Amino acid sequence: MIFDQEFETLPREGLEAIQVRRLRAVAERLYHTVPFYKKHFDEAGVRPESIKSLEDLKRLPFTEKQHLRDNYPFGMFATPMDQVVRIHVSSGTTGKPTVVGYTKGDINTWSELMARTVSAAGCGPGDIVHNAYGYGLFTGGLGFHYGAERVGAAVIPISGGQTQRQLMVMSDFGPTILTCTPSYALYLAEAAGDAGMDFKSFKFKAGIFGAEPWSEEMRQDIEAKMGLKAMDIYGLSEMIGPGVSVECIEAQSGLHVFEDHFLPEIIDPDTGENLAPGEVGELVFTTLTKEAFPLIRYRTRDITTLRYEPCVCGRTLARMGKIMGRSDDMLIIRGVNVFPSQVEAVLMDVKGVEPHYLLVVAREKQLDTLEVQVEVNEAIFTDEVKGLQSLENDIHKRIKDMLGVSAKVRLVEPKSIQRSQGKAQRVIDKRNL
Amino acid sequence: MRVEQISVFLENKAGRLSEVCRILGQADINIRALSLADTTDFGILRLIVNDTAKAKATLKEKGFTVGRTDVVAVEVPDRPGGLAQVLGILEEHEINVEYMYAFVQQSGANAVIIFRFDDLDMAAGKLQEAGVTVLPGEKVYAL
Repeated sequence: MIFDQEFETLPREGLEAIQVRRLRAVAERLYHTVPFYKKHFDEAGVRPESIKSLEDLKRLPFTEKQHLRDNYPFGMFATPMDQVVRIHVSSGTTGKPTVVGYTKGDINTWSELMARTVSAAGCGPGDIVHNAYGYGLFTGGLGFHYGAERVGAAVIPISGGQTQRQLMVMSDFGPTILTCTPSYALYLAEAAGDAGMDFKSFKFKAGIFGAEPWSEEMRQDIEAKMGLKAMDIYGLSEMIGPGVSVECIEAQSGLHVFEDHFLPEIIDPDTGENLAPGEVGELVFTTLTKEAFPLIRYRTRDITTLRYEPCVCGRTLARMGKIMGRSDDMLIIRGVNVFPSQVEAVLMDVKGVEPHYLLVVAREKQLDTLEVQVEVNEAIFTDEVKGLQSLENDIHKRIKDMLGVSAKVRLVEPKSIQRSQGKAQRVIDKRNL
Repeated sequence: MRVEQISVFLENKAGRLSEVCRILGQADINIRALSLADTTDFGILRLIVNDTAKAKATLKEKGFTVGRTDVVAVEVPDRPGGLAQVLGILEEHEINVEYMYAFVQQSGANAVIIFRFDDLDMAAGKLQEAGVTVLPGEKVYAL
């Protein structure tokens, strides 16, 4: 099902004409309203009015996560605060999160894009959407909520957690569309089995799963266990939240990027050079229609590909592949962004703990697990078990408070974590993503 | 009245305990008493040896995390109810035992039990007042 027949099936020529016009408009507006961008463009020696074609995009400087941090909290907003009607927040790297704002117009755009998204999974009037994405500062819950309402579906805003209640609602209300992280989907399927329910007997026909990377194998597993079609969705709060790209139920082959709103590029993460369609590199986005929080050439650090052949579903939009990794060291654990440097900062706050640690990420029973290995030195060693256990509990609590994820803390002998001359290996990721 | 004990942090995996014992053996250090407290992830090995300083230095050199704690060594009559009598004295004075373990060898006709208390001197004093023999370090290391 295509929600916006006109814009989702534009011939490439017409689409590019819209992109250039919007690109130049957003660049000009940012140059004149956000001091950071005026300086950034001036330093790069480019003038927004010189943008005449999509080729000119390459001359514009990148925007990095660090720039957002430097302008915390509202320095990147391109509209006065009295135009802003919503603020969302995504997890940050050093305690300070990334703050994004929306105007009324942005909320409307977001609802439209999420309407396109759920439609791509076959959701329309008469459907019941079981929305188990978190509601709150995270964009997932509210994004899906608006999109489902926009297409005329009924939304159950159940949010995350309380699995037994989720199962009761699924069994009694008969929702047809499931929206949550892929790992939580599998967790729900398993919990249903444990409760003596057959997930496949529920009325679900499709699920839209995102906020963390997942593999084609995991799709096979989800579809077999849950009796629904599983679609991948991609988004990030810096763009708008969910609603940047989604797979269609017809092909389930690549995520259609809503290019009339987000202009995608693939670059070599080391040189910054643009790569050809099909080549693997870092995904970069420019927002074309955002009002409160537009960004030019934002480096997502996500590694994937872009291809431009039209799809069997009729959409002409570019398709991005599944996310294959990161060009930095960010981990996504149960949907939460975690940088090793954040864990390090927490550990350094604990008296006596040395900066020798290792993060081991795995997936047990479909849920991501994080183990933090900490070396025991004489400063933190005690000959009583309860002393070391209270140290473990203390570190566990600090990580939970600061990062929002539960980590298992494992105390290890000194020098058992590998020392490195160059960049220390801080992470072992055992998940097969 | 105090006895020196060393403690070693061990990960709960095969071969770690034997590694410690081998290192001590090669350094010609004799283990007088030991106990191992363990959880699923780690263990704490507590040792009384004939040469505390040398044992600690040797293990540290081999990369182990080693601690040093004072404990009390008490002679307990080696007959039924012997230990219960000593524990009864502690209970009477509301003295909490952090941990305890038994010595490998006897002291004459008596067993030797190692105790760790919060307030070592107070506990040792109360035991002595009640007629229990508290052994000095030199005697324990040489047993």
